Amino acid sequence: MNGLSANVVFEAGFFSSSPVHVALVAGGMVAVMSGVVGVFTVVRGQSFAGHAFSDMDTTGGSAAFLLGVGTLWGFLAVAVAAAGAMELLGVERRRGRDVATGVVLGAALGVAALLLFWDTTVSSTTGATTTILFGSLFTISGATVPATVAFSLAILAAASVSYRPLLFSSLSAEMARVRGVPVRLVGAGFLLMLALAVALSAITVGAILSTALLIGPAATALRLTRRPAAAMGAAAGIGLLGVWSGILVAYDSAQWPGHHGWPASFCVVAVIFVLYLVADLQGWTRAKRTATGQDRMARGG
Amino acid sequence: MFAGFMTNAWIVGSIAAVVAGVVGFFVVVRGSAFVAHALPQSAFTGAAGASLLGISTVFGMGTFALASALGIAWLGKRGRHDVVTALTLVMLLGTGELFLSYKTEYAQAIYSLLFGEVLGVSANEVLPSAVVAGVAIVAVALMYRPLMLTSVLPDMGEARGVRSHRMEMLFLVVVALATTAAVPVVGALLMFSLMIGPPAASRCFTDSPLAAIALSVALALVTVWASLAIAYERNWPVGFLVGTIGAALYVIGRLWAAWRQAHTVRPGSVGLAPETAPAH
Repeated sequence: MNGLSANVVFEAGFFSSSPVHVALVAGGMVAVMSGVVGVFTVVRGQSFAGHAFSDMDTTGGSAAFLLGVGTLWGFLAVAVAAAGAMELLGVERRRGRDVATGVVLGAALGVAALLLFWDTTVSSTTGATTTILFGSLFTISGATVPATVAFSLAILAAASVSYRPLLFSSLSAEMARVRGVPVRLVGAGFLLMLALAVALSAITVGAILSTALLIGPAATALRLTRRPAAAMGAAAGIGLLGVWSGILVAYDSAQWPGHHGWPASFCVVAVIFVLYLVADLQGWTRAKRTATGQDRMARGG
Repeated sequence: MFAGFMTNAWIVGSIAAVVAGVVGFFVVVRGSAFVAHALPQSAFTGAAGASLLGISTVFGMGTFALASALGIAWLGKRGRHDVVTALTLVMLLGTGELFLSYKTEYAQAIYSLLFGEVLGVSANEVLPSAVVAGVAIVAVALMYRPLMLTSVLPDMGEARGVRSHRMEMLFLVVVALATTAAVPVVGALLMFSLMIGPPAASRCFTDSPLAAIALSVALALVTVWASLAIAYERNWPVGFLVGTIGAALYVIGRLWAAWRQAHTVRPGSVGLAPETAPAH
């Protein structure tokens, strides 16, 4: 009985497949790391920058491809260069920062267009765009798992070391400045941390999932609790849930009628989006109930 | 350079530049760069879905652009705007990937929508994009005053009875229209770069909104024309040229603004932003 119900949820071979193991471990690690960094990103209103870095990694990936060096180096170089350019152009005001991000992203994508054009003329690799942009959880090479875990832990360590000043200057820059926190420096440091975190997740799970895991779980968690540390824990948990259930659905979908495997990225994104919608609608109805009066709330309706 | 197959590219490129110059001004003033980046990418989902169902690309793209615009507006009522935009964008791309996994023949053509290839424009694509672009520009003209008010002084807009949320929704629909007009022809990257670089640069040169819009259109046209000419001569991708020229214009604008600020006795007179505008 137990075995039967397990087979309904987990299609045959789920636990013995090595691509699934790698996807579960590497994807899970990236999800936890992105959840923690994501809470800072959402609180600071830097979702656009977080997404822009993942798109710009296309530039790094295609440059590395053209030069014949490891993709990771291309990603890291672009992460550092882009964070520097955005900081240089960046204005203190949120709208100015938005434009600075947009300008840097536009230029970087333009360069990516040129590099991809050269890539395809040099070696006619049509798959370059696809791999860099979309990635796939099931094609992560097992050899990169230790590096992914190590880099994720390093970023988590950096986040926990800078936790207090970072949170303080994110929640109230003015107050933090008065208390002597070097707000500008903390901001630049965070931008660099964000760039590195996104580079790591983009190279592991692809650019789409990188943004989804950075923003989705963190935004959902911040709907559930306003306490930063609790939100980070919840975001890591939600990210993990999204990645693992997405992997499961993608794996199972190949066995369903029609035998068409759904892309893992789509499954993970869909789970994360639905979780956000649930939290959003729950918050919405709660707010409506509070607005319509206490009596209804007492009756639980 | 003005040979037959280039004519359509010049026409469509100019249409894209005009509509991007106008709409992009408000994108920059309202700080909606992320939306301007996200909505053009519905071209990817729209084209993938359209090829799956066998309907026209423009229709598929228009549907997804409009649905995304309304979705962002609806979710943005309660959530952070940038967060909602990010989630909508990944949902768009993920769905596009799902569509593509069912049908792979045209994958390369659909990916090219992201980076754009303006040189292969066919004549029957010109009219639809001109019409949609015209509608977008007329819409901006009709809602110019309330749009300007809610962009620059949101509180004042509310006090005057302008519903800023409704304005935001209408504006997102205009961005969706502008992208639908241009993206199937020129690509998502090109449209995004045109909606950010030239308008952001124009704001560095003038404080008057109307002058900034006119300058933004002019700079966008110059960017597109120069890009097409260089692309024709050197065979480089147009997306690269538009992206880097747009960014270069912005850097020049920022340097000019900094120089002007250093050489005038009125500190804080640069830009339209409410935070820096002198109090009346």
